[in-house]
Amino acid sequence: MKFRANLYIGGAFFATAVIVGVLAPVIATHDPVFDANLMNAELPPGWEYPFGTDAQGRDIYSRVVHGARISLTVGLVAQCINSIIGVSLGLTAGYWGGWWDDLVSGLTNLMLAIPSLIFALAIMAILGPGLVSLLIALGLTSWSYSCRLARAQVLSLKSQGYVQAAKILGYSDLRIMFTQLLPNILGPLIVIATLGAGGSILAEAALSFLGLGIRPPYPSWGSMLSDAREQITTAPWLSIFPGLAIFITVLGLNLLGDGLRDILDPQSRERTS
Amino acid sequence: MLAVLLRRLLNIIPTVGAVILVIFLLFSVIPGSFTSTGAEDGRMLDPQVMERMRKEMGLDDPILERFGRYVGHTLVGDLGKSFRTREPVTKLIGDRLWPSLKLAIAAMCFAILVGVPLGFIAALRPGSIVDSVSMVGAVSGLSLPQFWLGLMLMYLFGLLLGWLPSFGYGDGGPRYLILPALALGFNPMALLARTTRAAVLDVLNADFVRTARSKGMAETRVVTWHVMRNALVLVITTIGLQFGSLMGAAVVVEKLFSWPGLGSLLVDSVFQRDIPAVQGCILVIVLFFLVINTLVDLAYAVIDPRIRYA
Repeated sequence: MKFRANLYIGGAFFATAVIVGVLAPVIATHDPVFDANLMNAELPPGWEYPFGTDAQGRDIYSRVVHGARISLTVGLVAQCINSIIGVSLGLTAGYWGGWWDDLVSGLTNLMLAIPSLIFALAIMAILGPGLVSLLIALGLTSWSYSCRLARAQVLSLKSQGYVQAAKILGYSDLRIMFTQLLPNILGPLIVIATLGAGGSILAEAALSFLGLGIRPPYPSWGSMLSDAREQITTAPWLSIFPGLAIFITVLGLNLLGDGLRDILDPQSRERTS
Repeated sequence: MLAVLLRRLLNIIPTVGAVILVIFLLFSVIPGSFTSTGAEDGRMLDPQVMERMRKEMGLDDPILERFGRYVGHTLVGDLGKSFRTREPVTKLIGDRLWPSLKLAIAAMCFAILVGVPLGFIAALRPGSIVDSVSMVGAVSGLSLPQFWLGLMLMYLFGLLLGWLPSFGYGDGGPRYLILPALALGFNPMALLARTTRAAVLDVLNADFVRTARSKGMAETRVVTWHVMRNALVLVITTIGLQFGSLMGAAVVVEKLFSWPGLGSLLVDSVFQRDIPAVQGCILVIVLFFLVINTLVDLAYAVIDPRIRYA
């Protein structure tokens, strides 16, 4: 048994981000939105403001801490939606086959043909910026990986003895899928969901950076960077800290995913993309 | 070979059809069209002007008729007129295509030229310092938001050191290309390094490699002749798939560096609610991605004879 560095380091990074997000109101020293004071505008990092202040004099540290809530919520909820859609479609398509399988496979190929960030951007363009639009745009656009994975796994398992036995016992199709098949394919799906959550956080940051994500006064790491670009000559610290926060959180999820793969899905090759 | 090519091209058609349908539905059935949101900043459009515009653009016609017209026009390469500039969308896109392509190719070249050798070296010495460092680097690279990396490169090389122009297209010369290409290519580079390493490790354990070694073949020949060729299939798949996310990421990187490509045209059009331009950009990006993946399929057939007859 080797020491699973990936798992522990990744878990620690991710847990830190979650704890920071949960405790944001306690550990933030200033209000992230309303504590604007032009007298303190663009102060470099120091005692009072450890990460410096932005052009409105707001504390970057408090904004980064509060930003964790938005980025993590969007990342995790969007990935949950993706996993639920992908797994339901993949499970049923693999188990039932027939025209349903053809339809789901066609849909999956279509989703793979449109780069997911482009698709999400189109949806954001229609729905307008905001948290709910973000969850819809990101939650509906990258389920194809978990769908393909679930379908492939079900195809290889459905002729197994225990599935046949459940059928003979008169279990309904849904009961077989969710009580017999799902628990057996959960490992690889958890791995892909962990990696996907990192992807969702990056996508949220990208959309917010473009001004299509979270509305400006509320701090999301992506939208903070979008403001920071304008002031990169005078206040580079505005760009450094939100970016580091994204990097550490996503790195944590990626390492965690790798570590979980070693445990839950040992025979897999690189299935990430 | 020709038969394979034809079959692959035929395979694209249903997908393209579905994509056209999705693009049409997204922007036509769902409310939020150009004319209804012209008043977002509080100014009201003159109702008469709005009426005339809707007529002119045929926005009041029945949906099936509009869809038929959209498909008909798209098939002959007419993507409509931009709502804002009144220019044909094909011209707008045509002007942006080359800068976008240049950036994508430069980024991918960087990713391949650095990522593949890195993964190869790492796989040949598993557990070594080179291996550990490059794999830690790779997982970090996968976790970096490209636009943040771009911002940092811009600050370091553009502003602090002043070695390279920090943004813009300039005369289109290579000096302007370096920073955006690095920012865009870092992520696929990291993924390629990981995939190459995994693929090479996999092949190194294969029976035919053991056979080649036991019959006394020189190690360099084993690696170049057997391992490289077999690992290449997986590496090329990854390159093809990466083009998709590369084009997604290009939107953000182009916007960051004020690069006059398709991505920044798409974002600007989204903000201006220039729907024909948005539809056109998405269609062209998807088509480009499909063509790349078809080329990848063909490349398989060249590299791996077993696939040719499948």
